Amino acid sequence: MMKFNRKTKLDSEIPTASMPDIIFMLLIFFMVTTVLREYSGLPISLPKAKRIEKLKSKRHTSHIWVSKDGLISIEDKLYAADGIRHVMYEKRVADPQLVISLKADERAKMGLIGEIHGELRKADALKLNYSSKTAVD
Amino acid sequence: MAVKRRFKGGDIPTSSMADIAFLLLIFFLVTTTIDMDKGLGMVLPAEGEELEISKKNILNCLINSTGNVLLGGEGIEIRNLSKSVRQKLVENDKLIISVKAHQSTSYSDYIAVIDQLKRANATRISIAESN
Repeated sequence: MMKFNRKTKLDSEIPTASMPDIIFMLLIFFMVTTVLREYSGLPISLPKAKRIEKLKSKRHTSHIWVSKDGLISIEDKLYAADGIRHVMYEKRVADPQLVISLKADERAKMGLIGEIHGELRKADALKLNYSSKTAVD
Repeated sequence: MAVKRRFKGGDIPTSSMADIAFLLLIFFLVTTTIDMDKGLGMVLPAEGEELEISKKNILNCLINSTGNVLLGGEGIEIRNLSKSVRQKLVENDKLIISVKAHQSTSYSDYIAVIDQLKRANATRISIAESN
């Protein structure tokens, strides 16, 4: 049996000098890409559904909160139902890809939701998403 | 009187820098809550885009204020809705389901109905205005 001897000594250490730089870069990447929640909305309990889809982009999403008492809140300001039109129209003009996420309480009444539908149609903000939790059954 | 100080090297110790950065990274990863918005998608018809549809292609789905559902004139349980709608879609694939809810119907019943329709792969859902 022949024995091979390696002539050169292999340096088997991972270079750690640039490690902090790599970690800092990761840190800064995560800090930049994280969009913090901007508005607190209204206290609601969302309805549950099964066939749900994820909203693609947070930047093109605008929320409308509807509480069980019939309060409507957009960006932490309360509106009457017929005031939605102007707010949403301006948003729609600024961003054609706008998706409205309707965060309504499960005890809200359909009369109000119907009014919001009408307002959104008048504002030409047609892409709507009924925000809901995942149902388990 | 001058005191001579022997100052050797002013280096900041960098060996623990990676650990500190890691700790920061993990802290931010843990404290960030990624709350993805999810829900039922719906595209509303544009204003003034009402069109006439022949009566045989419309399936009326009415929800009353207590959450009872009437599908095409017959009462039905909400959880059986998708089965029934799927069957009707096989018979007529041009079918448009028109959902109409009473003013005081609760939103959760409405969502349950829409969810059932989505489960039946019904793509043409119309929301009739309740009045």
